[in-house]
Amino acid sequence: MTSTEPKTRITILEVNNIGKSYGAVNALAGISTVVNAGQVTCVLGDNGAGKSTFIKILAGAHTPSEGQLLLDGEPVTFSSPRAALDRGIATVYQDLAVVPLMPVWRNFFLGSELTRGSGPFRRLDVKEMKRITLTELLNMGIDLRDVDQPIGTLSGGERQCVAIARAVYFGARVLILDEPTAALGVKQSGVVLRYIARARDRGLGVVFITHNPHHAFPVGDRFLLLNRGESIGDFEKSKITLGELTSLMAGGAELDSLTHELERELGADSPLVKELEAENQQAE
Amino acid sequence: MTTTDIMTIALRPRVERRPIRRVLARPETGAFVAALAVLVFFSIYTNTFLTLPGAGVWLESASTFGIMAVAVALLMIGGEFDLSAGVMTGFTALIVGILTTQFGLNIWVAAVISLIVALAIGALNGYVVMRTGLPSFIVTLGTFFVLAGADLAVTKLLTGQVSIQGMAKVPNYDSIQPLFGSSITIGGGVFYVSVVWWIVVTAIATWVLLRTRAGNWIFAVGGALNSSRQVGVPVMKTKIGLFMTTAGAAWLVGMISLFRTSTVQANTGVGQEFIYIICAVVGGCLLTGGYGSAVGAALGALIYGMVFQGITFAQWDTNWLRTVLGAMLLLAVFLNHWVRRRASGGAQ
Ligand SMILES: Nc1ncnc2c1ncn2[C@@H]1O[C@H](COP(=O)(O)OP(=O)(O)O)[C@@H](O)[C@H]1O
Ligand SMILES: [Mg+2]
Repeated sequence: MTSTEPKTRITILEVNNIGKSYGAVNALAGISTVVNAGQVTCVLGDNGAGKSTFIKILAGAHTPSEGQLLLDGEPVTFSSPRAALDRGIATVYQDLAVVPLMPVWRNFFLGSELTRGSGPFRRLDVKEMKRITLTELLNMGIDLRDVDQPIGTLSGGERQCVAIARAVYFGARVLILDEPTAALGVKQSGVVLRYIARARDRGLGVVFITHNPHHAFPVGDRFLLLNRGESIGDFEKSKITLGELTSLMAGGAELDSLTHELERELGADSPLVKELEAENQQAE
Repeated sequence: MTTTDIMTIALRPRVERRPIRRVLARPETGAFVAALAVLVFFSIYTNTFLTLPGAGVWLESASTFGIMAVAVALLMIGGEFDLSAGVMTGFTALIVGILTTQFGLNIWVAAVISLIVALAIGALNGYVVMRTGLPSFIVTLGTFFVLAGADLAVTKLLTGQVSIQGMAKVPNYDSIQPLFGSSITIGGGVFYVSVVWWIVVTAIATWVLLRTRAGNWIFAVGGALNSSRQVGVPVMKTKIGLFMTTAGAAWLVGMISLFRTSTVQANTGVGQEFIYIICAVVGGCLLTGGYGSAVGAALGALIYGMVFQGITFAQWDTNWLRTVLGAMLLLAVFLNHWVRRRASGGAQ
């Protein structure tokens, strides 16, 4: 698990009071937080809280209606996702930004294809791309013997991991994940959480969006809570417990039932459940 | 994309380990089998079909459809349609015809101007589709009617007729004609240079699709537009490029028909846009985008050319031509579909 004592960290991205409106709809207002290297900033909130809007601003897909983004201390505006990507901010969206009918290796390099030769003979370096895809996925612990299979044939967790591996390979400094565990079962969620930790340990700043505090708490270093487009808190891990986080999210009464639910699925001896029970006692 | 499409294609990897199945799972395999069936049928049914003179006729017929079908297939893989593609073949030929016979312009210059105008209209098609977010089906239907009307009105206005005559008397006609309209005679069969263009276009399209970044982007924008945008694929550039490619192919076909016959009718190409789409679909393209092949589309056009001329060779009542064509094309699509399904392990 992560260390809980506060350390001085290098801040990559700073969000200052940003807001976004879609015409008359105020989707987001007055949001501030930071993303540090080697840390996970979790963004929590219910459906419609503005989580996707928030990360679309970080990712360059939307420009904020108000407020400021600072990258390495400098104010930036991204004109497109490409521009954000070029500055090292990679996003893995809910729909994973994959093309289901295309092979895994073509998806891995989509938009950043390797080529050889020049002029009219400039062509895809198919062999090299297949090799890199295979080894990068192996590094992430996924063994796909056939990177030629359509990515649509992989499981949800595997697809998430391909998307994360892709961002890491292309030199992301900030990795934004939009609800990577939302559609997954408990086991697959665990796998994805492990890759989040792995990316963090490589020194990336991770922005992890979820509506599940039990997924956020074990890997998070900082928690930004959203509700109807407004921030209801931005806490460092040392300042908040899982119980408090859950209370803030949905009311503490639900924690008990969640603990029981997890207990049923993971068994009473599971470290996560033990941890939850401890937090539970703390919260009471 | 329909569930069946995803199922059909998603089940491919499981069977691709077996080499024969691997071949069967390719998008163009169905069209290849269908083309073979049509060839065998007319070769047995008529004496003239499988002779050099016979082959010259149906190859010529298939070639212009093939050039267009390949370009339209790329566009369809990229997730769009172009209903103005047919009328564009007449439009480009008319521009050359009018500029040379009515305004005395150099024929080479006229051909280049025609190409530039075609590419500009293609770019406009793409730009409007991307900017408005309207279906390309509607946007290019508009372009289709605008061009079809202009073709007739302008030709009538300038020449008093509905066709351009006397192209052969234009200076330098002989210097450009061989490029698009020449032919060689082998064993009594006349083989047009358009067949070479067809093969070249198919080869280039295949190379682009499978071995270049642009090809990757074409599959991507047709398969999942939003995902493509998110990973930085230049979506606008890719789509506009595809519409320009279709327009450019229409120009090539326009030049081929102009310089083969040295005349052009004001309604040339009208109604052929759907045949291109049919050829592409017979060749394995999904109507929903993201899947297909250039070779398949070329084979689709070959089937069309063989059926079209085969009916004449068989001396059937030509009034039934379209009906028979429609039925045979449907059959080819069914066969194609069946082969693809068999290839995916006989699922469902
Ligand atoms: N493109 C859009 N146009 C108008 N309203 C939008 C748009 N995108 C999101 N919204 C609205 O903004 C609010 C926040 O949405 P979103 O950021 O998707 O929330 P979350 O990801 O937390 O579920 C919602 O009320 C949603 O309806
Ligand atoms: Mg969302």
